[in-house]
Amino acid sequence: MTPIDFLSAGLVLAGAGFFFAGTVGMLRFPDVYSRLHALTKGDNAGLGLTVLGLALQAESLAVVGKLVMVWLLVLLAGATASHLIARSSLRRGIDPWTAR
Amino acid sequence: MNVLLLGVATFLLFNLAAGLWRVMRGPTAADRMLAAQLFGTTAVAVLLLLAEGMEEAELRDIALVFALLAAVAAVAFVRRVWSPGARHDAD
Repeated sequence: MTPIDFLSAGLVLAGAGFFFAGTVGMLRFPDVYSRLHALTKGDNAGLGLTVLGLALQAESLAVVGKLVMVWLLVLLAGATASHLIARSSLRRGIDPWTAR
Repeated sequence: MNVLLLGVATFLLFNLAAGLWRVMRGPTAADRMLAAQLFGTTAVAVLLLLAEGMEEAELRDIALVFALLAAVAAVAFVRRVWSPGARHDAD
């Protein structure tokens, strides 16, 4: 294994760690808003690290471009979705959770 | 190396299965949609890992379509079903 392979493996594993944290957060956090936080963490950082790790092993520049495009699309989707969901939750009168 | 990629893909699949609990539990429609959103992203990651691990370049295109659909699904959900002013019962 070359150093690039080690780096790539580490990045992919770190990405999987973020996805795991996102799932745990979604299962354990108390309300919609904090779950959104966990979700977007998994989306952005998890997929970003995975893409970075895979891009290091990509055969051609075209593959790297495609990987980056997938990530940008998911970033856009995650940002839009979390904003819309949080806004309509607020308008529906769901109060953010506060420690008691 | 490929074993690692396939292993991580399997791990993400198990994550996805655990996340199904949130879909079942709710409590609001938004929570279920959140879980669906996370599934979309996880599926994209799994597809990308499989594309590299199994050397099937086509899976990358499928991941691209999944990423696109995830955006459309979430926006459609909020605009048509979840937002207070949605007109889904009028038409």
